[in-house]
Amino acid sequence: MSTEATPAEPSTQAPKTGSKTAEAIEAARAQGRAAFIGYLPAGYPDKETSIAAAIELARNGADVIEIGVPYSDPVMDGPVIQQATTEVLARGFRLPEVFEIVAAVVEATDAAVLVMTYYNLIDRMGAEEFARRLAEAGGAGAITPDLIPDEAGAWMAATERHGLDRVFLTAPTSSPERVAQIVSASRGFVYGVSVMGVTGARDQVSDAAERVVNAARSAGAERVCVGLGVSTRAHVEEIGRYADGVIVGTALVAALRDGGPSAVAALTAELTGAETGR
Amino acid sequence: MSAPAEETQKYRDHEGPYFGSFGGRWMPESLVAALDEVEQTFREAKQDPEFLAEVHRLGRDYTGRPSLLTEVKRFAAEAGPARIFLKREDLNHTGSHKINNVLGQALLAKRMGKTRLIAETGAGQHGVATATAAALMGMDCVVYMGSEDTRRQALNVARMRLLGAEVVPVDHGAKTLKDAINEALRDWVASVEHTHYLLGTVAGPHPFPEMVRWFHQVIGDETREQILAMEGRLPDAVAACVGGGSNAMGLFHGFLDDPEVALYGFEAGGDGVETGRHASAITLGRSGVLHGARSFLMQDEDGQTVDSHSISAGLDYPSVGPEHAYLAETGRATYEPVTDAECMASFEMLCRTEGIIPAIESAHALAGAARLSRKWGAEGEGKIIIINLSGRGDKDVETAAEWFRMLPGQENDPVAETETAAKTGDESPSPAPETGVQA
Repeated sequence: MSTEATPAEPSTQAPKTGSKTAEAIEAARAQGRAAFIGYLPAGYPDKETSIAAAIELARNGADVIEIGVPYSDPVMDGPVIQQATTEVLARGFRLPEVFEIVAAVVEATDAAVLVMTYYNLIDRMGAEEFARRLAEAGGAGAITPDLIPDEAGAWMAATERHGLDRVFLTAPTSSPERVAQIVSASRGFVYGVSVMGVTGARDQVSDAAERVVNAARSAGAERVCVGLGVSTRAHVEEIGRYADGVIVGTALVAALRDGGPSAVAALTAELTGAETGR
Repeated sequence: MSAPAEETQKYRDHEGPYFGSFGGRWMPESLVAALDEVEQTFREAKQDPEFLAEVHRLGRDYTGRPSLLTEVKRFAAEAGPARIFLKREDLNHTGSHKINNVLGQALLAKRMGKTRLIAETGAGQHGVATATAAALMGMDCVVYMGSEDTRRQALNVARMRLLGAEVVPVDHGAKTLKDAINEALRDWVASVEHTHYLLGTVAGPHPFPEMVRWFHQVIGDETREQILAMEGRLPDAVAACVGGGSNAMGLFHGFLDDPEVALYGFEAGGDGVETGRHASAITLGRSGVLHGARSFLMQDEDGQTVDSHSISAGLDYPSVGPEHAYLAETGRATYEPVTDAECMASFEMLCRTEGIIPAIESAHALAGAARLSRKWGAEGEGKIIIINLSGRGDKDVETAAEWFRMLPGQENDPVAETETAAKTGDESPSPAPETGVQA
């Protein structure tokens, strides 16, 4: 491993130009707040509705939108997201739909649009081709929950070539050596996993979250966003005090399931503290 | 892939994380620290004479090692010209090879201070073995099992519960082994502080493929010693069934660096590879990442995992251990599919000719070896094939009875129609093709 345990000074990570996600997070910072990042699965409950719901995210204050790619074996997802993505797959979802959805959301909003995908979907298409198509659709990059930098050679090269962000996760259990490696491999932001567990709403924000953010900062991260278990405005405010962005997924998916895009709009407005949406 | 070099122990000493282009750690970051801890504990334990002595003592006094090597002359005579020996892992405590790995990993878990074991299971053999080790060592145990498999293997579910384990039926996806692994991983991400995930095969992220192999290599080491003592020479071929591939890797390991010994792995061909309803990941040959390793993977054009199918729950897995993928790619081992029908014909044949009821998983190896003996023809005279009889068939009696239509209400039900020979192929849903190999 080429990285070292000593905390790097922030300057080692020179501002990366051309990162759409970084720009969106920095714009929020300029307004004196943490960025809000909302997750919704591609194609749930159908393609048009998923696009409409993602647009509502942006209209109600989301700075970054994550479009989750349905996958047959989502080991990092809890029951709500699993159920949603399983439904999407059952109706015959095909991968190219993701790029169409990304393009439609990019077209209609100013948010940075990332995909969140398990790696085999990238691997099967080929890292280069996946990156090319994502960039062509106007996507900002990808979050890859089951890819660690150790295995990311092909993905790093492809994202570099196409100017895409690549977001790796850092966990409460990650060693300082690993945090340094993750920070230096990431582009856009570093995803701080707030709890040891899978996606899903939780009552409380784990106190591990702040430690995760501090560890990443000590390793030189300029932008650290926190996700997993975040579901209320109080969580968002609490995390926003120390992180650069707050990621909400399951609560939004449940809102979409129960009330469609208008429920997503209402919940997003509540979570972001936006006056009113629409 | 490099051509076979002249180094000794070339394959035998191969350590992870990579086997050629296969293996690695395609895993969420949250689990990396735990994998590092497992790896470090394993490496230290291997050097610790006390640990080695404890593994050996448990193998001898609890499992019943060494397991026998039995020549099966009547089975061999029906199969073809070659002589056939069975490595009797079916005689181990709990009824399969799985106990070797489970006792070893449970000892490691204790060494790490973990108090809870979780496991996935397909046929239930690994779940039973894990529940057994947990009972023996006073640890909590939760076993994840696809709900389709809890139905197919109700007897093993009861066994695990009797042993004090909690069995959690998994209702997601295909409701089989791969989904049970997903659920075990989700548990582990949240419980890693006090829980060890006792993965049951040579798949998964590093160090599992290397570590599980290490705990099973006793199979190959004993077999090598036994055949040398009995026959004064090495076998011409060794054969084993391959789902994830742990029993095969254990047997192969004793012969990896003996080029004169051919290694055969038999995958579950289900209804035939050409039907798409099978579990022959190597035969299909598409590289991908699942459950932490790069290996051959049954997947569609988008990279979604394709559901596997097999009459045997234990082979019903859409991928395979990365070292097998490597051995297939280098050509050191040969992998072929065996259909449900071929497998069940050999299952019946072993019952009838030798008085041994095999696990349906292991019957795939019997069928593959019989095919090999036939294929050799006259040249096979005097050649020796050793098959790993990885498990016994008690758990499969109902499935077999249904297959042969012996259950109440089926046409071979009552005391009528006793003779066996005619049964075999006739009622099988699909007649056994001579070979299902595609490419």
